[in-house]
Amino acid sequence: MILPYYIIIPLLATFLITMIAGKKDNWAVILSVISVSAVLVLSLYSFITMKEQTVTYEMSAWSIPYGIVLVQDALTSFILVMVSIISFTSLIFSIQYIRHLSMDWKYYALFMLLVTGMNGVIATGDLFNLFVFMEIALFSAFALVAYGSKAEEFEAAFKYAVMGSISSILILAGIAVLYSATSNLNMAKIAEVLPTVDQKIVFWVGGLFIAGFGLKAAAMPFHAWLPDAHSSAPAPISSMLSGVLIKALGIYVMIRIFYNVFNAPEIFTKIFLVLGTISIIIGVFLAIGQWDMKRLLAYHSISQIGYILLGMGIATPLGILGAVFHLFNHAIFKSLLFYNAGSVEMALGTRDLRKMGNLMKVLPTTSQTSLIASLSISGIPPFNGFFSKLIIIIAALQAGLPWYAVFAIVGSLLTLASFMKVQRYGFKGENVVEAVTNKVGWRMNSAMITLAVLCVVTSLMIVPGIKEVTLDPVVKVITDKTEYIQLVLGGMNGN
Amino acid sequence: MIVYLLCFALLLVGLYGVLTKRDLIKIILSLGILGYAVNLLLILFAYRNDSIYPILAKGKEVKQMVDPLPQALVLTSIVIELGTTAMLVALAIKLFEKYETFDITQIRRLKG
Repeated sequence: MILPYYIIIPLLATFLITMIAGKKDNWAVILSVISVSAVLVLSLYSFITMKEQTVTYEMSAWSIPYGIVLVQDALTSFILVMVSIISFTSLIFSIQYIRHLSMDWKYYALFMLLVTGMNGVIATGDLFNLFVFMEIALFSAFALVAYGSKAEEFEAAFKYAVMGSISSILILAGIAVLYSATSNLNMAKIAEVLPTVDQKIVFWVGGLFIAGFGLKAAAMPFHAWLPDAHSSAPAPISSMLSGVLIKALGIYVMIRIFYNVFNAPEIFTKIFLVLGTISIIIGVFLAIGQWDMKRLLAYHSISQIGYILLGMGIATPLGILGAVFHLFNHAIFKSLLFYNAGSVEMALGTRDLRKMGNLMKVLPTTSQTSLIASLSISGIPPFNGFFSKLIIIIAALQAGLPWYAVFAIVGSLLTLASFMKVQRYGFKGENVVEAVTNKVGWRMNSAMITLAVLCVVTSLMIVPGIKEVTLDPVVKVITDKTEYIQLVLGGMNGN
Repeated sequence: MIVYLLCFALLLVGLYGVLTKRDLIKIILSLGILGYAVNLLLILFAYRNDSIYPILAKGKEVKQMVDPLPQALVLTSIVIELGTTAMLVALAIKLFEKYETFDITQIRRLKG
């Protein structure tokens, strides 16, 4: 019976914050920290205890073809753990960072709504319900991107909102076509009926879904909104958007639909391969020329999403293992890098790499953690990014796709080059910065240190023995493909 | 068949508007048209020839009915579109305050 609480707790917190928080934000902070830590504990508990089980929960006790079901399997719990870790640290980071902008409860209400939307998308087993939760997450993301009330932020939010609406409309059209073909909205039921109908439907719907969810995930031809939106948002929100939102709304849903519902038709895995490779190469080339630190990081998100798509496209168990592992790792180190950018921006009042310098002295924690994150994203052992990229490259070689492996290696080298630029000009630059305008407090530092430690600790997930309990059940859910039908319809009701 | 083609034409009108118009308000209106086209598509999927409205009243014989589920979905999707439009209009007002124009070619401080 844990399942509905992933949605109820943050949603309840949203309403409580809007009702009882006064003009100051103290109550809002307390409520949101309590609810996010509750979700974190619940998701960790269920991830550890559930292993390979699948639990379903029927909302209002309407049974499967009629009502909405929530489904939790290893993949769901894994993504939920990722979302909760990042939202918890982002919240801790926000306390000081947002007070420095404004003392307002509205931020926390929107933040909890964002968490609600993402948890809903992850936990639901019903396509239209997924669409509704996706819109909830997107609304709050639009509002949070514009939170700083500067001209550029409204511009970025408008662009994001237009692109987001178009992608939602494409997804709704896909859901409509799928419903007309199968007369079902439940994902397991659709998967069950789909082999009996005309197979052309799969291509139509797949095309609409690749365009729609590709826009949400910002794979290469659909990426134009991402650098603006992710670099204009406040730093903790950038880390939420880049770290988890594009994965929960884009990658996770694509895995669920294309693997568990459509049974991974070969044409779509090939499309993933190509989209992934284009994203890796072009994303990193666009990133390397940037001088705005957050914009550089935003372009790297496109490139790293490319690695995940590449791993998904290889479609061997090893490739999927790499994709799932990289999904988690990218959330950790990219969020950490955005926290670093946020704390530098708060301390120095600039994001331009050319105006920074000798940050080792004035901001020791920030620059040390940023070094760890930079090494991690560029794939230097023993940090987590190395292992996941290595697995993806080995999987590409084993699957007989050597050119894709070469592109992945080139992308990784260029990533290293662009982060050497960040370290060389940004953190160890020639400008002598004597004093900082705002001090970086212990809350921001502790959020950064937590994620820096996780950068090292998560690389243990690949060690034999730990791998069997963490990553393998997740990979099993994806590679079993339409086993999902039996697991969901097989009637384990309400835990 | 012809109604589906007309519905697709409506979708293309919306898409054309979003892609080519330079005025913020016209972009928002085009997004509205796009949304209507998809809602119409859902309603068309639910339609059955020679069937009645899906309400079971006392004393009414049970005949072939139109599919009621897409109608419920459309209702939800209209509410969601209302929210999106309100958000977009609010952003457009704020953009007008900052840039004093609705022309998107003038609103481009973000580059690179």
